[in-house]
Amino acid sequence: MDKKTSPGYLSVFFNGILKENPTLCLVLGTCPTLAITTMAKNAIGMGLATLFVLLGSNIVISLIKRLIPPSVRIPCYIVIIAGFVTIVSQLMQAFVPELYKELGLYLALIAVNCIILGRAEVFASKNKVVASVFDALGMGLGFTLALFIMASIREILGAGTWFGIKLTAGLFEPIAIFARPAGGFFVFGCLIAAVNLILAKKGRKVKKSVGCAGSCEGCTGCAGVQKGEE
Amino acid sequence: MKEMAVILFSAILVNNFVLSKFLGICPFLGVSKRVDSAVGMSVAVIFVMLTATAATYPIYTYILEPKGLGYLQTLVFILVIAAFVQLVEFVLRKYVKPLYNALGVYLPLITTNCAILGVTILNIDSGYTFAQSLVNALGGGLGFMLAMVLFAGVRRRMESCEVFKPFEGLPITLIAASMVSISFMGFGGVVEGLFK
Repeated sequence: MDKKTSPGYLSVFFNGILKENPTLCLVLGTCPTLAITTMAKNAIGMGLATLFVLLGSNIVISLIKRLIPPSVRIPCYIVIIAGFVTIVSQLMQAFVPELYKELGLYLALIAVNCIILGRAEVFASKNKVVASVFDALGMGLGFTLALFIMASIREILGAGTWFGIKLTAGLFEPIAIFARPAGGFFVFGCLIAAVNLILAKKGRKVKKSVGCAGSCEGCTGCAGVQKGEE
Repeated sequence: MKEMAVILFSAILVNNFVLSKFLGICPFLGVSKRVDSAVGMSVAVIFVMLTATAATYPIYTYILEPKGLGYLQTLVFILVIAAFVQLVEFVLRKYVKPLYNALGVYLPLITTNCAILGVTILNIDSGYTFAQSLVNALGGGLGFMLAMVLFAGVRRRMESCEVFKPFEGLPITLIAASMVSISFMGFGGVVEGLFK
């Protein structure tokens, strides 16, 4: 995360999808991850909406990074991000009203998603526009992918459907608990454990307390900076 | 009065912000390691939730709505909250030193807490009156506190357990959260029955 990202754009791109997957490895943006992953369709919609906001804010922030005084940069970032959130929710309300209704509150809450503020702070404010675009695409797709995997598990197990297509063929009852909030926590926990297991098998060290430290730093990271700036 | 009680208790138990709406998960996972820090964070959250609701509700109803600027809701609210948190921090540091010492660390965290923005938007979306909004914010905050404190207790117990290696740390915490969430599912329907 803190490493200087001078090597090629492709590595920046794949970094977000695999190595530093914002949801599964850095554990940022947990609220939407848990809340809207009851259906695969919603997950894709949410992922793409976040991707759009991330792309927009990364581009704008890396363009005007020299103009923003360091002491007020967090409020500036928040305004830029919230602006893009407003754009995306207006667009979705106009073109995909159904999805807009399903995502509801969580669409507005993209504005406080730590992934976006985190990338603005860690990457876009230090890198050129093109690199920031690749970073946003990688991170956004990584987020979408994680949401999609999780939503697929929850939809198939919890509702017996996938993208609304019935899979169980009436042979057995779906396990409804997976569609409930409790199932969200459970599946997310298992997914992170699976990622840990894979990383451990590959011989990479499993970062200790990756989650809490990560999620706090992500959230605190942005907020903590604000504290230091006074 | 009955209506207020229903709003309050459904916000605390049935529609618990953390466990059934997934708002404020970051502090829930991050600050719930010890009971006292969980309480500190929750008090700060309750305080900011109430005051932020008191500030954003009139702004929306008397400025944004009549001028047809409802779509600026997210942008305006988050700015108000961010500015507000800073203001609260200054005031507390200057005039209420003990409270600042107790809550100081948690205040900056709150700007990025989605529960705060969530409650202000939810109040508008549900069409609550000003008083109802305040009650809902209070209930949401108390529910947050209840979940945090309960979970901090669960976590303390878990620290000393030995778990399967890949589950160490966050995964097992999430699974424990899932159990706590199941226990809150038991409250479904209780509130309506209670105030019939």
